[in-house]
Formats: sequence, C-alpha cells, structure tokens
Amino acid sequence: MTLRDLINKLLGRETASANTARERLQLVLAHDRVDMNSLTTDLLDKMRKEILDVVAKYVEIDFEEVAVSLETEDRMTALVANLPIKRTVAGEIKFKKNDKNNKSDKDIKK
Amino acid sequence: MAENTRTILICSGKGGVGKTTLTANLGIALANSGATTAVLDADFGLRNLDLLLGLENRIIYTAQDVLDKNCRLDQALVRHKKEPNLALLPAGDPRMLDWMKPEDMKKISDLLSEKFDFVLVDCPAGVEDGFKNALAACKEAIVVTNPELSAVRDADRVIGILNTSDIEPIQLVINRVRPNMMASQEMLSIDDVQGILSLPLLGIVLEDEQVIISTNRGEPLTLTDGRSPAKKCYLNVSQRLTGKDVPIIDPKNEGKSLKDKFMRLMQTKVF
Repeated sequence: MTLRDLINKLLGRETASANTARERLQLVLAHDRVDMNSLTTDLLDKMRKEILDVVAKYVEIDFEEVAVSLETEDRMTALVANLPIKRTVAGEIKFKKNDKNNKSDKDIKK
Repeated sequence: MAENTRTILICSGKGGVGKTTLTANLGIALANSGATTAVLDADFGLRNLDLLLGLENRIIYTAQDVLDKNCRLDQALVRHKKEPNLALLPAGDPRMLDWMKPEDMKKISDLLSEKFDFVLVDCPAGVEDGFKNALAACKEAIVVTNPELSAVRDADRVIGILNTSDIEPIQLVINRVRPNMMASQEMLSIDDVQGILSLPLLGIVLEDEQVIISTNRGEPLTLTDGRSPAKKCYLNVSQRLTGKDVPIIDPKNEGKSLKDKFMRLMQTKVF
C-alpha cells in the first residue's frame, strides 16, 4: 500500500483508477485468452480422431485411457497426447507405457 | 548482407497508438547512427508514413509497381534528403489488399534485405490479412501499446498471434506515457503493462506535444535539433535496438517540478 492509498482510505475516497484498470484488464484478458483456445475445440476433436486413426494403424491403443488436450502455460500452448498402448498390431508387445498403475499394463499381462 | 538484415515488424493491434510515429522516428535515428535503413509502409488501406517523414510529394512508384515489375526497386525507393541513409518504400493503393498475399510482402522484404541493414515494416491496425501479410515479411517484432485498457487488450491479441509464428524476439514499447498520471496512480504503470503482456521491454516514450508539431511539419523529432522528452525516448529505443547497453528511461525520474516530487512522495510504500 502506498502513502496515497493510505490517505485515500483514511478519507474514505475511491482508490486510484489504475488499480481498477489493472483488475478489469486482467479479467478481460483471462477471458480473451481462453476464447482463443476454445475456438479450436472443434478442430481439436477432429485432430484427435485423425491422430488416433494414424496411431491405431501401427499399435493397439487403449481407447478408454486416451487423452488429447491443449495445455497453456505462460503463453505457450502445447498439444499433450497420452495414448496408452496395449500391443503392436503385429501382436508383439514392444511398447510399454511409463505409467505403472495404468490399465493397459494389466491388460498386457493377461 | 542479406542474412544480417534485421526486418522488424512494428505492430499494435489497435490503431492510433503510435506505430507510424515510432517507425518514422526509429528509421531516422537508426539511419543517423550509420545503418542503412528502409521503412516499408505495409498499411495499404490507410498509408501515412510518407506524411510523417515529409516525403508525400516525392512518391512516384510504390511497392505495387515493384511487384508488378513496372519499375525497379531503386526507382520506387524514396530517399530522405536530410538523412540519406533512410529510404521509404510507399504502400500501393487500397485495391492491393484484394490480391496481396503474404508471399508478396515476403518478396518485397527480401528485395529490401539485399540493400539495407534495417527494414522497418509499419504494420496496419487490426489482426486481419494486412497484419498477416506484414508479419510474413519480418523476422522480429516490436509491439507498441499505450498504458490504456483497450490498447493493452489489443496488443495481447497481437502477441498471441506473434507467438504462434517464428518471429523472435518480440519486444515491447510503451508509448504516450504520462509520468504524472502514473505517479498519482491514475494510469497503468510500466510494470503493470509489461507484467500483463510479459514481453521484454525495449523502451518507453513519454507523451509529448512536440510529436504533433513534428508531424505537422513532416519532420520526425529524431531529425530535429531541439530537445524534447519524446525525442530522448526515441533515441533511447533506437540505441537499445542496436544492442547498446543503455538503461530504459524511467518515468519516475522525469518531471522535476515540486508537484512531481510530491506525487513521487505519495507513491512511497508505507506497508
């Protein structure tokens, strides 16, 4: 709190407008930034299907555990895909997911 | 030479925040420091860079004629009489917007890169085709904004788009800064704006009536002899852009009157 804020508070005056501006701006930008991502949700669904189709050509995927999403952090957006693999199409188990308590691991053991 | 050329997009999203004024002043300042500099008006709808540089009566050919091969690049470039290191490539007429593609702008900037150390591209307002065309021509960007809600919001949209391109670095210039209003906390502070947009700060430019006067005359402040707050800032931005290690002008140190000092006292943190 600055000296000015203190005096304003003591006199019961409104706080300086820069604070209001900052708060309004942060709200509107949070909204804008989300908006830009949500524009792509339709595309994301389409892309998810296509990615799965391609991957499914080579390996058997555990469809129930599939997660494809966009994650934004510090203005950087990344496509994060988690596709647990049950087995290769050839029937051999070549790939294993790192995640140990994953369902696909149990399936493989069966 | 071509590979070392720095092609810089000067953009803002919102109109009227000072892109063209910054382009003109930076262009003169860079040219004056010895770097050959071209300023390209990418605002085909509403071109104004020629006016700010006082070159409006000397335009014969435009970027359009170069693309159509009606003339050579040399013929379209308008050299500044007082600053021979600076040349303007004027935008074509608004009808160009219909057929212009990002590749066309790229072609123009490649031609300019063969001859100049710096190419400054004055971008149109908005985030539509005109902006995307200009974007294709550049390797780095300067985002200009004012410490105002609407300008910062629009800058954020532009930065969002720039971040999805290979433009790098993207730097921030905060224009029309009023130290008194910042001191009395009636204006977003430099830290506020920079924090929200999270870009490295290239510099600030103080609000200054001299800017209007220099526009009236068609002589950018960096070309004139006088001393003015904005001129000092433009020179500071230009130096920092060329990698000189000079500190950013701090609005807190501007304004020497008793009132300014009192305002600063009021800003002291009490707890």
